[in-house]
Amino acid sequence: MTTPVLEIIGVSKRFGDTLANDGISMSLGKGEIVALLGENGAGKTTLMSILFGHYVPDDGQIRIDGEELPPGKPRAAISAGVGMVHQHFSLASNLTVLENVMTGTERLWKLWSATQAARKKLVSIAERFGLKIDPDARLGDLSVGEQQRVEILKALYNDARILILDEPTAVLTNIEAERLFATLKDMARQGLSLIFISHKLDEVMAAAHRIVVLRGGKVVAGRKASETSKAELAELMVGRRVTRPVREPSTPGAVVLEVRDLGVRIGGVERLKDVDFALREGEVLGIIGVSGNGQVPLARVLSGTLARTSGEILLYGEPVGHLSVGDVVDAGIGRVPEDRNGEGVIGEMSIWENAVLERLPAYSHNGLVDRKAGMAFAKSIIDAFDVRGGTPASGTRLLSGGNMQKLILGRNLSHRPRILIAAQPARGLDEGAVAAVHARILEARKAGTAVLLISEDLDEVISLADRIQAIVAGRLSPPLDAGRIDARRLGLMMSGDWSHAAEATHAP
Amino acid sequence: MSVVFDILASAGLWAAILRIATPLIFGTLGALLCERAGVLNLGIEGIMTFGAMIGWLAVFHGADLWTGVLVAAISGALFGVLHSLLTVTLGLSQHVSGLGVTLFASSFSYYVFRLVVPVAGTPPTVMPFQPIDIPALSSLPFIGPAFFTQTAPTYLAIVVALIMAYIIFHTPVGLAIRMTGENPHAAEAQGVNPMKVRYGTVIVGSALMAVGGAFLTLSAFNSFFPTMVQGRGWICIALVVFASWRPGRALFGALLFAFFDAFQLRLQTVVEGVPYQIFLMTPYILSIFALALMARRARVPQALMQPYRRGER
Ligand SMILES: Nc1ncnc2c1ncn2[C@@H]1O[C@H](COP(=O)(O)OP(=O)(O)OP(=O)(O)O)[C@@H](O)[C@H]1O
Ligand SMILES: [Mg+2]
Repeated sequence: MTTPVLEIIGVSKRFGDTLANDGISMSLGKGEIVALLGENGAGKTTLMSILFGHYVPDDGQIRIDGEELPPGKPRAAISAGVGMVHQHFSLASNLTVLENVMTGTERLWKLWSATQAARKKLVSIAERFGLKIDPDARLGDLSVGEQQRVEILKALYNDARILILDEPTAVLTNIEAERLFATLKDMARQGLSLIFISHKLDEVMAAAHRIVVLRGGKVVAGRKASETSKAELAELMVGRRVTRPVREPSTPGAVVLEVRDLGVRIGGVERLKDVDFALREGEVLGIIGVSGNGQVPLARVLSGTLARTSGEILLYGEPVGHLSVGDVVDAGIGRVPEDRNGEGVIGEMSIWENAVLERLPAYSHNGLVDRKAGMAFAKSIIDAFDVRGGTPASGTRLLSGGNMQKLILGRNLSHRPRILIAAQPARGLDEGAVAAVHARILEARKAGTAVLLISEDLDEVISLADRIQAIVAGRLSPPLDAGRIDARRLGLMMSGDWSHAAEATHAP
Repeated sequence: MSVVFDILASAGLWAAILRIATPLIFGTLGALLCERAGVLNLGIEGIMTFGAMIGWLAVFHGADLWTGVLVAAISGALFGVLHSLLTVTLGLSQHVSGLGVTLFASSFSYYVFRLVVPVAGTPPTVMPFQPIDIPALSSLPFIGPAFFTQTAPTYLAIVVALIMAYIIFHTPVGLAIRMTGENPHAAEAQGVNPMKVRYGTVIVGSALMAVGGAFLTLSAFNSFFPTMVQGRGWICIALVVFASWRPGRALFGALLFAFFDAFQLRLQTVVEGVPYQIFLMTPYILSIFALALMARRARVPQALMQPYRRGER
């Protein structure tokens, strides 16, 4: 290989008690794709943030084409040719695509913005890399996949030669992810160098030339993609062998939640239509579908944060009127929302406060919050669910994405819910954590909890669900029994072909 | 009905509208600029008061009128530095800091004023800005007295509104300001320093507020009294929302409010048997309606009132 375009030499970074990066060294060659792998909280985002100048490292340096990059200066990183696509997008939803891309690219005190020239450049880059986008669309009106395209375009617009993508596929559908990797490979062929972070071993094996594994802030291994396997990578990452739990057969009990002809309209648009399903004690009902097909409104109606327009909901056999969040909590329905940062936790509050927030009356004495009991409860979640990187009193905002998810799951499962609504519960989790979360969900099922699993991950649904219904354009297919499921049939169902499902229907 | 028509047809009404609107235009533009970058500046009421006082004081001590305006602007800028220190550097609550600045600036104005000017039966006066005569235009029938008999700061206010609209929507610095108000982390990732942007907008915005205050003592009236701002600052804060954070609409909103106000003043004198307080209330009630109508569609800067801390998630 020729001289590397990027070298990271002995980088360390400490946050309070956590040593997030511990003497990390790695390099990247021209036209190379390197995957950065590691558990939740292993320090991947921290390392990339240092590279891009968001954080100043305590020790070590970054070199680009052999020249040292001044620490803590995003502008310097940008002009050296580094582009970053953040784990949590950094875009402004009220501005247009073009405005998002143009910010900071011109001399600040110029008397006018060269909008036309910028638009031309953007369109030509978009064409060259096959990233189609409307420059004048308001960013907030775009789908997640399109927003990510904007993030990539933003980097390319700054003439990035080194592109860093932090969990680029965590929020994409499978099809979008495939398209993204095709684009990335094409970019590498055109001479760009890429580092991407991912928890999905399949895509790591398929797209990367080389793989670097982090654990506890240290580099534990570097492998060529051709010389390793998924199993080895999983083991390197977690430090032990991981196996996903298997679902044991069981006989479900009575129907606890039934939905008939549910319809939801938002702003005149029909988001859910004629939705029917029945959920029984001790079973997992999987709702599979490409995201954006009505999963969000469905989860929100059942969580009491969105009112239905039509249809009936029967809870433990009783019809219920308008559901409020309070009713939902009282009825013993646990929820794992899809948007963790937005609806799951309040980042500004401490971990223990987030843990008890839903059940304040239970943790209050004479109108005062019982801090001690709350702390103890938070501690029990942290222990039982292996939440790393925080104590009961520390800020929730500081947890890594995966650990935040474990906290939410723990909060809900600790109270033995009778019904659990879990939306994309394993999104953004590492292999070990996925296995742990799945084990918890199956445990709850065994204890009699009725689980509604909303997911777009085929493997997840196949391994957890007893019955599966596909969600397509706001409608639910008839249920299919677990025994009759294979990936091909599920694929057909997700694309809206329900002819096979119909014959398998049997009312619960 | 004819009463209404008479009022509308008098050139005096239209001249008054522009005069009443001027401090509101300055104040609203100032508040708007701060909020575009994500900082709510409730210091406005006090900063306007201080600007009115210090501008007047400078002129009272022999400075010329424009120097008075400049002194007011500088004092506003200093309060802007204070507000930025508290909200940007320290990341304190913008509400609390803003109200603190207002309380401090208002009482400080009165204190300084009393130090220099002893209590007197009739307050001392200065020679204020005079209407400027625009050749040809000012002598047109109706149009002339209605629109072209204003003092220089009024025309300045309109020009500032147009310039600000241009800067915000058509220059790189305007885009940087908007990005900072929407998502400071994104601005930072693009190499824009959100701290600097916020400092800059709050300082310039506060200077504009103070100029709005100085208009009261150096053009609309000719003396200072401590309660003279009379809630205009709060009106400006509401006008920013009414204007959906757009300078052009802010100009329109200020004029609309001034129209209600000038109109009710005239109505008071012709309608009998209704307590005048009712009329005094109307511009505010109408503003609330207008606000309710407009604000529903407004797009609030997403990072408004959120402190930005570097290197944190
Ligand atoms: N600004 C910060 N302040 C304090 N602690 C932090 C901060 N940023 C990260 N950490 C801690 O540093 C560790 C590494 O976090 P990082 O975000 O790099 O993990 P990650 O590998 O990206 O994980 P994930 O896969 O969950 O995104 C975690 O324990 C996290 O809690
Ligand atoms: Mg991360």
